[in-house]
Amino acid sequence: MSARLSPETHPLTARIDLAAPLDRKGYEAAGGYRALRKAVKEMAPGDITKLVKDSNLRGRGGAGFPTGVKWGLVPMGPDAGRKYLVCNADEMEPGTFKDRLLMEGDPHQLVEGMIVAGYALQATRGYIFLRGEYVLAAERLNRAIAEAQAAGYLGKNILGSPWSYELFVHTGAGRYICGEETALLNSLEGKRANPRAKPPFPQIAGLWGRPTVVNNVETLCNVPHIVQNGAAWFHGLSQGKSKDAGTKLYGVSGRVKRPGCWELPFGATAREIVEEHAGGLQDGLKLKCWLPGGASTDFLLPEHLDLAMDFDTIAKAGSRLGTGLITVVDDRQNLLAVLRNLEEFFARESCGWCTPCRDGLPWTEKLLAALMRGEGRPGDLEALEQMTRFLGPGRTFCAHAPGAMEPLQSALKYFRAEFEAGIARPPAQAAA
Amino acid sequence: MSHDRVLKLSDLPPAQPFVLHDEDRAAIEHEIARYEDPRAASIEALKIVQKRHGWVPDGAIAVIGQVLGIPASDVEGVATFYNLIFRRPVGRHVIKVCDSVSCFLTGFEEVFAALQRRLGVGPGQTTADGRFTLLPICCLGACDKGPVLMIDDDTHGNLRAADVEKLLERYP
Amino acid sequence: MATIHIDGKPYEVEADDNLLHACLSLGFDLPYFCWHPALGSVGACRQCAVKQFRDENDRQGRIVMSCMTPATDGTFLSIDDPEARAFRAGVIEYLMTNHPHDCPVCEEGGHCHLQDMTVMTGHVARRYRFTKRTHLNQYLGPFVNHEMNRCIACYRCVRYYKDYAGGTDLGVFGTAANVYFGRETDGVLESEFAGNLTEVCPTGVFTDKTHGEHYTRKWDLQFAPSVCQHCALGCNVSPGERYGEIRRIENRYNGSVNHYFLCDRGRFGYGFVNRKDRPRRALARRDGERRAVAPGEALAHAANLLKSARRAIGIGSPRASLEANFALRALVGAENFFDGHAALEGALVARAVQILRQGQVRIPSLRVMEHADAVLVLGEDVTNTAPRIALALRQAARGKQAALAAERHIPAWQAAALADIGQQQKNPIFVATVDATRIDDLAVETLREAPDNLARLGFAVAHAIDPNAPAVAGLAAPLAAAAQRIAQTLLAAERPLVVSGTGCGSACVLEAAANVACALKARGKKVELALAVPEVNSIGAALLQPADAAAHDLEHALQLLASGAADVAVVLENDLYRRAPRTRVEAALKNARLIVLDHQMTATAEAAEVVLPAGSFAEDDGTVVNHEGRAQRYFQVYDPTYYDAGAAVRPGWAWLMDLRAQLHQIAPDWGHFDAVTAATAQAFPELARIVEAAPNARFRLRGLRIAREPHRYSGRTAMRAHLSVHEPRAPQDPDSALAYSMEGHHGYEAGERPAALTPYAWAPGWNSPQAWNKFQAEVGGHLRTGDAGVRLFEPLAHSTSQGYFARVPEAFVPQPGVWRHVPLWHIYGSEEQSARAAPVAELAPKPYVALNPADAQTLGVGENMLLDVSLPGTALRLPLKLKPALPRGLVGLPAGLAGMPYVAPGTAVQLSRVNVA
Ligand SMILES: Cc1cc2nc3c(=O)[nH]c(=O)nc-3n(C[C@H](O)[C@H](O)[C@H](O)COP(=O)(O)O)c2cc1C
Ligand code: SF4
Ligand code: FES
Repeated sequence: MSARLSPETHPLTARIDLAAPLDRKGYEAAGGYRALRKAVKEMAPGDITKLVKDSNLRGRGGAGFPTGVKWGLVPMGPDAGRKYLVCNADEMEPGTFKDRLLMEGDPHQLVEGMIVAGYALQATRGYIFLRGEYVLAAERLNRAIAEAQAAGYLGKNILGSPWSYELFVHTGAGRYICGEETALLNSLEGKRANPRAKPPFPQIAGLWGRPTVVNNVETLCNVPHIVQNGAAWFHGLSQGKSKDAGTKLYGVSGRVKRPGCWELPFGATAREIVEEHAGGLQDGLKLKCWLPGGASTDFLLPEHLDLAMDFDTIAKAGSRLGTGLITVVDDRQNLLAVLRNLEEFFARESCGWCTPCRDGLPWTEKLLAALMRGEGRPGDLEALEQMTRFLGPGRTFCAHAPGAMEPLQSALKYFRAEFEAGIARPPAQAAA
Repeated sequence: MSHDRVLKLSDLPPAQPFVLHDEDRAAIEHEIARYEDPRAASIEALKIVQKRHGWVPDGAIAVIGQVLGIPASDVEGVATFYNLIFRRPVGRHVIKVCDSVSCFLTGFEEVFAALQRRLGVGPGQTTADGRFTLLPICCLGACDKGPVLMIDDDTHGNLRAADVEKLLERYP
Repeated sequence: MATIHIDGKPYEVEADDNLLHACLSLGFDLPYFCWHPALGSVGACRQCAVKQFRDENDRQGRIVMSCMTPATDGTFLSIDDPEARAFRAGVIEYLMTNHPHDCPVCEEGGHCHLQDMTVMTGHVARRYRFTKRTHLNQYLGPFVNHEMNRCIACYRCVRYYKDYAGGTDLGVFGTAANVYFGRETDGVLESEFAGNLTEVCPTGVFTDKTHGEHYTRKWDLQFAPSVCQHCALGCNVSPGERYGEIRRIENRYNGSVNHYFLCDRGRFGYGFVNRKDRPRRALARRDGERRAVAPGEALAHAANLLKSARRAIGIGSPRASLEANFALRALVGAENFFDGHAALEGALVARAVQILRQGQVRIPSLRVMEHADAVLVLGEDVTNTAPRIALALRQAARGKQAALAAERHIPAWQAAALADIGQQQKNPIFVATVDATRIDDLAVETLREAPDNLARLGFAVAHAIDPNAPAVAGLAAPLAAAAQRIAQTLLAAERPLVVSGTGCGSACVLEAAANVACALKARGKKVELALAVPEVNSIGAALLQPADAAAHDLEHALQLLASGAADVAVVLENDLYRRAPRTRVEAALKNARLIVLDHQMTATAEAAEVVLPAGSFAEDDGTVVNHEGRAQRYFQVYDPTYYDAGAAVRPGWAWLMDLRAQLHQIAPDWGHFDAVTAATAQAFPELARIVEAAPNARFRLRGLRIAREPHRYSGRTAMRAHLSVHEPRAPQDPDSALAYSMEGHHGYEAGERPAALTPYAWAPGWNSPQAWNKFQAEVGGHLRTGDAGVRLFEPLAHSTSQGYFARVPEAFVPQPGVWRHVPLWHIYGSEEQSARAAPVAELAPKPYVALNPADAQTLGVGENMLLDVSLPGTALRLPLKLKPALPRGLVGLPAGLAGMPYVAPGTAVQLSRVNVA
């Protein structure tokens, strides 16, 4: 990431320096913590929530839920008691590598986002739930928090206001399911990361039974900029390319020339991202299909490359924007092998709570492995199709298994012939 | 044969009374203060013990339970849920190889095969000299540098099978 | 109420139920696993899917989990929807991928919820063709067997064991398709309620190990409606028999008493019935030698003894039925009848009966105790004396979670949400006892005091609540402060409960507890008072003594014998050595001749001239009265002569009736059991309603008796083939409306079969204990025909001024060199009958002596060192157990253990260290 980006067009990444992120002084010199001052000194908590609502900031964790609306559900007022803000920094969705960049490259930005959002919610404590493998991010965030504390941005009576707030980094110990926000809360409470039923929603009864908001790293990093520059400015960032406002961290992995992650106006097309920014596929390879935003999104085809990468457009095409980081599958790949790899991941990462996910995913993986070896049997495709229904939304306890079914159902739709080829032909006459 | 060189259950050190190091106890107690409920420190407590011992010895489970005031069965439930907590001895260095989709697309299988050949162990196993444990792990959030692996706390990307030998040399 | 539409038809249901609960209560068959009426919903198994529609015009609908969906007014749903049905069958198919399909060798087979649900969903063909995961099993102790491969991961076991029963040593480990339910390491499950896992687990992971050792399928067992014999709570049980042995005890649902759960003593303590050393023939002494004789000869011998007696007395028993005790009383006359309680025990039970009779406060059933919102436990170690109360108190404590959730409009069945919202919060429970208890983890405050000081605390609490209650002079400051806290907490509650009992051997403690309850009532509180008493029929036996009768305890009886005033004693199901010091009993028996009726070869029976083999609860009908004054009937499970024609085992009342007839040369007057019950009821107005405890022997349903055997009972023509190839006529039962047969009325016709005559739970398609759904008015609630048993006492509407006890004891002060004895109770070992069951004996402690460590230090002894314990008339040498919670100046001795002599509570004891040479 180059330091020459303009904060006007690249608010999230202009300050990023992976080798030596800005310390508090540097961050302040680059305009940091002004939003915090403005929020605490000039704005009521409700004003900020309203501003975030007006900005149409949608969650960057994958589901795209409007952030301001989520905040609006939290009980406010002097009797609301203890409340929590939790940053979802579990980033484990295969193919996703944006939050790491934000945390390693500009830790103060997330810290400021956590404080401003905490103020809007009048939270008493914030936790950054960071996946255990992000050792460098943990170190840098902890340093940033200590610096912020020393500057009076955290702790008692922040900037002379009546509001007090503490911020902690909590590091995990693995397991993708911790990214699911209610499983995350259980994990944060030191329990097994099984998700919780909703309702009650975390905003009403979350961490330790108290009102809690869970937001993604990228979501929270946007907040100070919105407070600083306003909702209209935020809408303008997407340059009319999309109804969705702001910029988005997009990226590409797979066999492209320049894999990476870039902050672009919301609604940039997949073609622009894959071909211009990532330099297109490596020499000799052709695009077979792509996942728009992580392992739990439906495959799209080369013909979908001109779609705007925003929530509604990608949904209309039959997939999900997800995290917005594209995974490219080239024409040399055995699609069944790729799928098997994906389903092995989901089977292994199932929390083991609900039946269809716990027992259906390993079965799915084994069916795919059999097909891959040419040992499929008649009925296997129907079994897989049934799997996509029985592990679908509403059938399982949380969105993990439905996520796992997205690549499978789209692959069955687009590449059925490759599945059929995996079914062992019975010895010609013996069967007849 | 490679499986002869693999640590077996019977090779595990006999269960010894576990003594929690004073520093570790202090560290766990410090963690407890960050939460509403001591239970929330359970994962961190396991990590603290693991840092010292390389893994979480059996006896540590009950001791951690006592420090946090929760049943040992809860501690074990947590310890066996999370894949970064090791309930068996591991090597001096733990190699965690990302096997998720982006690394899979960019050459995970060759690198993983090279590692297995070089170490003579399969996934989840430890070399007989106790130097390396080889684990597959899910997406490490460095998909643009696939294939990626971590050895201890260091992340290494853009690997080729040929790089394996040299890389391992850096971890005596 | 709410109207919901199921497959096009409207139904009225409770609005605060979930749809699964509502559908089951309406009688629909809807499969489920993770949900349990006592455990609530968590939505894990996904088995209970139905289709829900937005309104009557919605044709699309969406699949929802019925257990997680509230039954709101105007809900439209379909159970029958093809998509919902297909999904439910699919869930079974998933659950079965790793299941070993080992039904033929599985102990759960035939009463397996998984089997039932598999059939219900119609899943028949297996498609999964890959390797199954396998697990190692664990040793979990003598009660519960573990076979993890059968697990379907419904999470019920951990939810029951940890959340419901408060156990800590069973957990879930691993993730994904490799979740494991067990202990951290092999070992005996610590919870006293672990046995319920065998019914909570919907498949064969946790099964009854004692049953496995002499296994019989449920459909091959003969059952009877019965009442647990191992404490005074009267939990309802279904003992199952085959080949003349009890093979297992299952919980028998009673919506007011035990509902779904028993304690392990009750479930696994049945082995005494099967003991080979039981007296099965009549014995009589001839020429100094005792041998088996024909029943008639034994009766004649006994009658001669009685005839020639100067004065014959009858010693009854709190572990025998009302009818047997009454028959003894009829034999010897009221003035010669003793209810068989030990001296102090009798006084304590009499005090409990007095409190019942006075009716100042209500005595709650177990179920009612679960709804208390503040509890004072005074003096009683309930886990060890009345175990099921401990489980009920846990639910009382947990009630706080539901209350907090209700504030946020979360219904009580949302089990996980309740725990998340409630976190550690509990309703307040104070545990004031002599020693640490197994419910201390529930307590907001624990207090450890000598019995007299506990009583003083209780009196002080009562006084703090109502100044009209007697005050306590000179109460130590810490106790006075505690009394204030307790009083305030109880006053702040809506449904306060006081729990006490006879366990610590102090009448003052009982009186203090009663004062607290009366004081709360005087302050307008809806208060309950639960009093634990020692034995299954302690209350019943004591009720056979009129209120104004002089003490008729064992001590008086022994005095009569020792002095020679009486020279013959008829002892009914009572081992005197358990109730008086050996020297005392021996002195009494030296000149007396003994006729003993019992089903166990006790030390007393060994000393008898005539032994008449009485039936145990499994071979006898009887009425017993539990702690709350609820009269309940148990019935013969099997006829002991069916496999052993020579067996002379007969109900105690029948022996006594015949003995009386022989003695007076009359015809046996009662003839059958109902007549004894009726005679008892007639003789004691308080007991008038015991005849209503169950329908009598003339009762028929559609002209049929009620079958004790399931309709699939097999092998009847072959089971006696080793004795004779001729199949005898099935035994006839003149004493009840039950038949020893699979012929008769059985299964379920909702609303027809009286609860007291329901031998086991079965309904079409429901072979597991979950079949109780079909017997309940609302699932998890009361039985359709009313819960079994009649309460003999109901409280007065208003308190009266004469309510308070006034005898405040002096404070206990430790005295140098003298230790005051307190009994320490053990769930396994202290109760006589269950202690004779091998798996219970295995868990019973060895005799020991317990001291506070500081006291031990003054004697220069440490843990496990031997101490000489000298009691009046007895000397013992016992290893020391240090009990830090035990107050100084007290010495604890395990009560009732085999190998321990009787020690009266409060005895002064001398201790000295054993000097090892
Ligand atoms: C299986 C699963 C894994 C998830 N992992 C993550 C994750 O790693 N990071 C994240 O921000 N959100 C993740 N989510 C989404 C969160 O549940 C939640 O929607 C998000 O944190 C909300 O933040 P946002 O509103 O700011 O997007 C995951 C969801 C599921 C179902
Ligand atoms: S869908 Fe999977 S991850 Fe989610 S609750 Fe069910 S088992 Fe757990
Ligand atoms: S019973 Fe409803 S999900 Fe298990």
